[in-house]
Amino acid sequence: MVIDPLPLQVFAEYFPNGIGRYAIGGLFVGLGASIIYLGTGISAGASTFLESTLSYVSGQSRFQQYVSSRDWRVVFTASIIAGAAIYSFTLGDGFQYSTDVQVWRLFVGGILVGVGTRIGKGCTSGHGICGVGSASRTSLIGVATFLLVAIGVAQLVAAMGVTP
Amino acid sequence: MTDADRHPLFMPLIAVGGLLFGFGLGYSHMARPEVVLDFLQFEDIGLLFVMFGGALVSGMAYFLAPKLLDRPALTNRTFERRLKSFDNHVLGGGAVFGVGWGLSGICPGAAYASLGVGNLTILWAIAGMFIGTYAQGLWRSRDDASDASAPGAD
Repeated sequence: MVIDPLPLQVFAEYFPNGIGRYAIGGLFVGLGASIIYLGTGISAGASTFLESTLSYVSGQSRFQQYVSSRDWRVVFTASIIAGAAIYSFTLGDGFQYSTDVQVWRLFVGGILVGVGTRIGKGCTSGHGICGVGSASRTSLIGVATFLLVAIGVAQLVAAMGVTP
Repeated sequence: MTDADRHPLFMPLIAVGGLLFGFGLGYSHMARPEVVLDFLQFEDIGLLFVMFGGALVSGMAYFLAPKLLDRPALTNRTFERRLKSFDNHVLGGGAVFGVGWGLSGICPGAAYASLGVGNLTILWAIAGMFIGTYAQGLWRSRDDASDASAPGAD
Protein backbone atom coordinates (compact mmCIF):
# COMPACT_ATOMS: atom_id res chain seq x y z
CA MET A 1 0.00 0.00 0.00
CA VAL A 2 1.39 3.36 -0.98
CA ILE A 3 0.51 6.42 1.04
CA ASP A 4 1.41 9.78 -0.32
CA PRO A 5 2.97 11.50 2.69
CA LEU A 6 2.54 14.99 1.29
CA PRO A 7 -1.09 15.61 2.31
CA LEU A 8 -0.33 14.39 5.82
CA GLN A 9 2.63 16.70 6.14
CA VAL A 10 0.62 19.64 4.91
CA PHE A 11 -2.06 18.73 7.43
CA ALA A 12 0.46 18.39 10.27
CA GLU A 13 1.86 21.82 9.55
CA TYR A 14 -1.34 23.32 10.87
CA PHE A 15 -1.15 21.33 14.11
CA PRO A 16 2.36 21.93 15.50
CA ASN A 17 1.15 20.98 18.98
CA GLY A 18 -0.97 18.05 17.87
CA ILE A 19 -4.72 17.67 18.16
CA GLY A 20 -5.11 15.74 21.42
CA ARG A 21 -4.69 18.68 23.77
CA TYR A 22 -7.37 20.64 21.96
CA ALA A 23 -9.81 17.79 21.45
CA ILE A 24 -9.57 16.56 25.04
CA GLY A 25 -9.81 20.11 26.40
CA GLY A 26 -12.86 20.71 24.23
CA LEU A 27 -14.50 17.52 25.51
CA PHE A 28 -14.09 18.76 29.09
CA VAL A 29 -15.53 22.16 28.22
CA GLY A 30 -18.50 20.46 26.55
CA LEU A 31 -18.89 18.08 29.47
CA GLY A 32 -19.02 20.99 31.94
CA ALA A 33 -21.72 22.74 29.93
CA SER A 34 -23.61 19.46 29.46
CA ILE A 35 -23.69 18.55 33.15
CA ILE A 36 -25.13 21.94 34.03
CA TYR A 37 -27.68 21.66 31.22
CA LEU A 38 -28.74 18.12 32.14
CA GLY A 39 -29.21 19.01 35.81
CA THR A 40 -30.73 22.45 35.46
CA GLY A 41 -31.81 23.12 31.88
CA ILE A 42 -29.55 26.18 31.89
CA SER A 43 -27.33 27.02 28.91
CA ALA A 44 -24.31 28.31 30.79
CA GLY A 45 -22.35 30.95 28.90
CA ALA A 46 -19.36 32.72 30.38
CA SER A 47 -20.01 36.30 29.32
CA THR A 48 -23.31 37.07 31.06
CA PHE A 49 -21.33 36.97 34.32
CA LEU A 50 -19.95 40.39 33.35
CA GLU A 51 -23.38 42.01 33.19
CA SER A 52 -24.94 40.06 36.04
CA THR A 53 -22.06 40.90 38.39
CA LEU A 54 -22.38 44.60 37.57
CA SER A 55 -25.93 44.39 39.00
CA TYR A 56 -24.34 44.20 42.48
CA VAL A 57 -22.93 47.69 42.08
CA SER A 58 -25.07 49.40 39.44
CA GLY A 59 -28.78 50.14 39.37
CA GLN A 60 -28.93 50.41 35.57
CA SER A 61 -31.97 48.56 34.21
CA ARG A 62 -29.80 46.61 31.77
CA PHE A 63 -28.02 44.87 34.64
CA GLN A 64 -30.97 44.46 36.98
CA GLN A 65 -32.58 41.87 34.70
CA TYR A 66 -29.82 39.46 35.74
CA VAL A 67 -30.32 39.77 39.50
CA SER A 68 -32.00 36.35 39.74
CA SER A 69 -29.08 34.57 38.08
CA ARG A 70 -26.13 36.57 39.36
CA ASP A 71 -25.31 34.36 42.33
CA TRP A 72 -24.90 31.12 40.39
CA ARG A 73 -22.97 32.97 37.69
CA VAL A 74 -20.45 34.05 40.32
CA VAL A 75 -20.17 30.41 41.44
CA PHE A 76 -19.79 29.29 37.81
CA THR A 77 -17.01 31.81 37.13
CA ALA A 78 -15.16 31.08 40.37
CA SER A 79 -15.35 27.39 39.47
CA ILE A 80 -13.91 28.06 36.01
CA ILE A 81 -10.95 29.78 37.68
CA ALA A 82 -10.62 26.90 40.16
CA GLY A 83 -10.90 24.28 37.43
CA ALA A 84 -8.13 25.92 35.43
CA ALA A 85 -6.04 26.10 38.63
CA ILE A 86 -6.56 22.36 39.20
CA TYR A 87 -5.29 21.76 35.67
CA SER A 88 -2.32 24.05 36.28
CA PHE A 89 -1.27 22.32 39.49
CA THR A 90 -1.78 18.76 38.19
CA LEU A 91 -0.99 18.54 34.48
CA GLY A 92 0.12 22.12 33.85
CA ASP A 93 3.10 24.19 34.90
CA GLY A 94 1.99 24.92 38.46
CA PHE A 95 0.55 28.44 38.27
CA GLN A 96 3.68 29.71 36.48
CA TYR A 97 2.13 30.80 33.19
CA SER A 98 2.02 34.48 32.32
CA THR A 99 1.12 35.94 28.94
CA ASP A 100 3.55 37.95 26.84
CA VAL A 101 0.75 39.61 24.89
CA GLN A 102 1.07 43.33 25.47
CA VAL A 103 -1.08 44.95 28.12
CA TRP A 104 -2.65 47.49 25.75
CA ARG A 105 -3.84 44.67 23.49
CA LEU A 106 -5.40 42.86 26.45
CA PHE A 107 -7.05 45.99 27.81
CA VAL A 108 -8.39 47.47 24.56
CA GLY A 109 -9.34 44.01 23.30
CA GLY A 110 -11.09 43.34 26.60
CA ILE A 111 -13.19 46.49 26.28
CA LEU A 112 -14.28 45.54 22.76
CA VAL A 113 -14.99 41.96 23.85
CA GLY A 114 -17.11 43.32 26.72
CA VAL A 115 -19.15 45.54 24.40
CA GLY A 116 -19.40 43.02 21.58
CA THR A 117 -20.39 39.94 23.52
CA ARG A 118 -23.26 41.72 25.22
CA ILE A 119 -24.62 43.35 22.07
CA GLY A 120 -24.03 40.21 19.99
CA LYS A 121 -25.96 38.01 22.47
CA GLY A 122 -23.14 35.64 23.34
CA CYS A 123 -19.48 34.76 23.29
CA THR A 124 -17.31 31.82 22.36
CA SER A 125 -19.01 29.66 25.01
CA GLY A 126 -22.60 30.92 24.81
CA HIS A 127 -22.74 30.99 21.01
CA GLY A 128 -19.80 28.68 20.29
CA ILE A 129 -20.46 25.79 22.69
CA CYS A 130 -24.13 26.00 23.78
CA GLY A 131 -25.53 27.78 20.71
CA VAL A 132 -23.73 25.68 18.11
CA GLY A 133 -24.57 22.61 20.22
CA SER A 134 -28.20 23.67 19.91
CA ALA A 135 -27.80 23.97 16.13
CA SER A 136 -28.96 27.57 16.50
CA ARG A 137 -28.82 29.46 13.23
CA THR A 138 -28.28 32.72 15.12
CA SER A 139 -25.31 31.27 16.97
CA LEU A 140 -23.79 29.79 13.83
CA ILE A 141 -23.99 33.22 12.18
CA GLY A 142 -22.63 34.86 15.34
CA VAL A 143 -19.67 32.46 15.50
CA ALA A 144 -18.92 32.90 11.78
CA THR A 145 -19.04 36.68 12.21
CA PHE A 146 -16.65 36.96 15.14
CA LEU A 147 -14.37 34.22 13.84
CA LEU A 148 -13.90 35.88 10.42
CA VAL A 149 -13.46 39.36 11.90
CA ALA A 150 -11.01 38.08 14.55
CA ILE A 151 -8.94 36.27 11.89
CA GLY A 152 -8.78 39.47 9.83
CA VAL A 153 -7.80 41.62 12.81
CA ALA A 154 -5.19 39.18 14.14
CA GLN A 155 -3.59 38.89 10.70
CA LEU A 156 -3.64 42.66 10.26
CA VAL A 157 -2.08 43.32 13.66
CA ALA A 158 0.61 40.71 12.97
CA ALA A 159 1.25 42.19 9.51
CA MET A 160 1.80 45.57 11.17
CA GLY A 161 4.60 43.94 13.11
CA VAL A 162 2.96 43.90 16.54
CA THR A 163 4.27 40.94 18.53
CA PRO A 164 3.27 39.36 20.67
CA MET B 1 -37.02 30.26 37.33
CA THR B 2 -37.25 31.61 40.83
CA ASP B 3 -34.60 31.14 43.46
CA ALA B 4 -37.08 29.54 45.83
CA ASP B 5 -37.50 26.56 43.51
CA ARG B 6 -33.84 25.68 43.51
CA HIS B 7 -32.74 22.29 44.70
CA PRO B 8 -30.01 22.19 47.40
CA LEU B 9 -27.71 20.54 44.86
CA PHE B 10 -28.16 23.38 42.36
CA MET B 11 -25.05 25.33 43.35
CA PRO B 12 -22.85 22.24 43.80
CA LEU B 13 -23.78 21.10 40.29
CA ILE B 14 -22.99 24.55 38.85
CA ALA B 15 -19.63 24.32 40.63
CA VAL B 16 -18.85 20.86 39.24
CA GLY B 17 -19.78 22.01 35.74
CA GLY B 18 -17.63 25.13 36.12
CA LEU B 19 -14.67 23.06 37.35
CA LEU B 20 -14.84 20.79 34.30
CA PHE B 21 -15.35 23.79 32.03
CA GLY B 22 -12.33 25.61 33.49
CA PHE B 23 -10.19 22.47 33.53
CA GLY B 24 -10.94 22.01 29.83
CA LEU B 25 -10.06 25.61 29.02
CA GLY B 26 -6.79 25.23 30.90
CA TYR B 27 -5.96 21.86 29.36
CA SER B 28 -6.74 23.06 25.83
CA HIS B 29 -4.42 26.08 26.35
CA MET B 30 -7.29 28.37 25.41
CA ALA B 31 -6.33 30.27 28.57
CA ARG B 32 -3.17 31.37 26.72
CA PRO B 33 -3.82 34.37 24.46
CA GLU B 34 -0.73 33.47 22.41
CA VAL B 35 -2.27 30.12 21.45
CA VAL B 36 -5.51 31.80 20.40
CA LEU B 37 -3.61 34.37 18.33
CA ASP B 38 -1.63 31.54 16.68
CA PHE B 39 -4.96 29.98 15.80
CA LEU B 40 -6.31 33.18 14.28
CA GLN B 41 -3.13 33.49 12.22
CA PHE B 42 -3.47 29.88 10.97
CA GLU B 43 -0.24 28.86 12.67
CA ASP B 44 -1.96 26.30 14.90
CA ILE B 45 -5.59 25.63 14.09
CA GLY B 46 -6.06 23.06 16.86
CA LEU B 47 -8.52 25.35 18.61
CA LEU B 48 -11.13 24.33 16.06
CA PHE B 49 -11.22 21.07 17.99
CA VAL B 50 -11.89 22.90 21.25
CA MET B 51 -14.92 24.78 20.02
CA PHE B 52 -16.44 22.13 17.80
CA GLY B 53 -15.46 19.27 20.13
CA GLY B 54 -17.16 21.12 22.98
CA ALA B 55 -20.18 21.90 20.80
CA LEU B 56 -20.41 18.24 19.78
CA VAL B 57 -20.58 17.10 23.42
CA SER B 58 -23.06 19.77 24.43
CA GLY B 59 -25.01 19.04 21.24
CA MET B 60 -25.49 15.47 22.44
CA ALA B 61 -26.81 16.79 25.75
CA TYR B 62 -29.22 19.15 23.99
CA PHE B 63 -30.39 16.33 21.74
CA LEU B 64 -30.69 13.57 24.34
CA ALA B 65 -31.92 15.41 27.44
CA PRO B 66 -35.50 16.04 26.25
CA LYS B 67 -35.72 12.45 24.98
CA LEU B 68 -34.42 10.74 28.12
CA LEU B 69 -35.61 13.04 30.89
CA ASP B 70 -38.90 14.80 31.53
CA ARG B 71 -37.30 17.85 33.05
CA PRO B 72 -34.12 18.94 34.85
CA ALA B 73 -33.80 17.38 38.30
CA LEU B 74 -32.65 20.56 40.03
CA THR B 75 -34.88 23.30 38.60
CA ASN B 76 -38.41 23.71 37.31
CA ARG B 77 -37.17 24.67 33.88
CA THR B 78 -37.87 22.68 30.73
CA PHE B 79 -35.20 21.43 28.34
CA GLU B 80 -34.94 24.03 25.62
CA ARG B 81 -32.22 24.54 23.08
CA ARG B 82 -30.22 27.74 23.27
CA LEU B 83 -31.96 29.71 20.55
CA LYS B 84 -31.58 33.46 20.31
CA SER B 85 -33.48 35.66 17.92
CA PHE B 86 -31.46 36.88 14.98
CA ASP B 87 -31.13 40.57 14.29
CA ASN B 88 -28.45 43.06 13.31
CA HIS B 89 -27.16 43.11 16.89
CA VAL B 90 -25.80 39.60 16.32
CA LEU B 91 -23.77 40.85 13.36
CA GLY B 92 -22.72 44.20 14.84
CA GLY B 93 -21.94 42.84 18.30
CA GLY B 94 -20.26 39.80 16.81
CA ALA B 95 -18.03 42.04 14.69
CA VAL B 96 -17.03 44.18 17.71
CA PHE B 97 -16.37 40.98 19.68
CA GLY B 98 -14.28 39.73 16.76
CA VAL B 99 -12.11 42.85 16.73
CA GLY B 100 -11.51 42.49 20.46
CA TRP B 101 -10.84 38.77 20.23
CA GLY B 102 -8.48 39.21 17.30
CA LEU B 103 -6.62 42.03 19.04
CA SER B 104 -6.22 40.35 22.43
CA GLY B 105 -6.65 36.60 21.92
CA ILE B 106 -9.00 36.67 24.89
CA CYS B 107 -12.67 35.81 25.35
CA PRO B 108 -14.60 35.82 28.65
CA GLY B 109 -14.41 32.15 29.71
CA ALA B 110 -10.79 31.83 28.66
CA ALA B 111 -9.91 35.01 30.56
CA TYR B 112 -11.31 33.62 33.82
CA ALA B 113 -9.42 30.37 33.19
CA SER B 114 -6.26 32.33 32.45
CA LEU B 115 -6.42 33.74 35.97
CA GLY B 116 -6.60 30.16 37.21
CA VAL B 117 -3.37 29.17 35.48
CA GLY B 118 -1.55 32.03 37.19
CA ASN B 119 -1.76 34.76 34.58
CA LEU B 120 -2.30 37.90 36.66
CA THR B 121 -1.62 40.09 33.61
CA ILE B 122 -5.00 38.94 32.30
CA LEU B 123 -6.64 41.19 34.89
CA TRP B 124 -6.13 43.99 32.34
CA ALA B 125 -8.37 42.11 29.91
CA ILE B 126 -10.94 41.30 32.59
CA ALA B 127 -11.00 44.94 33.71
CA GLY B 128 -11.49 45.92 30.06
CA MET B 129 -14.38 43.48 29.68
CA PHE B 130 -16.15 44.93 32.72
CA ILE B 131 -15.62 48.48 31.43
CA GLY B 132 -16.94 47.53 27.98
CA THR B 133 -19.91 45.70 29.47
CA TYR B 134 -20.69 48.64 31.74
CA ALA B 135 -20.48 51.12 28.87
CA GLN B 136 -22.90 49.14 26.70
CA GLY B 137 -25.18 48.65 29.70
CA LEU B 138 -25.36 52.39 30.36
CA TRP B 139 -26.10 53.07 26.74
CA ARG B 140 -28.68 50.32 26.34
CA SER B 141 -30.40 51.08 29.64
CA ARG B 142 -31.29 54.42 28.07
CA ASP B 143 -32.63 52.60 25.01
CA ASP B 144 -34.63 50.22 27.18
CA ALA B 145 -36.24 53.11 29.01
CA SER B 146 -37.97 54.16 25.80
CA ASP B 147 -38.23 50.77 24.13
CA ALA B 148 -38.77 47.80 26.43
CA SER B 149 -37.11 44.76 24.86
CA ALA B 150 -36.95 41.16 25.98
CA PRO B 151 -33.95 40.26 28.10
CA GLY B 152 -31.52 37.63 26.93
CA ALA B 153 -29.48 35.41 29.20
CA ASP B 154 -26.92 32.86 28.18
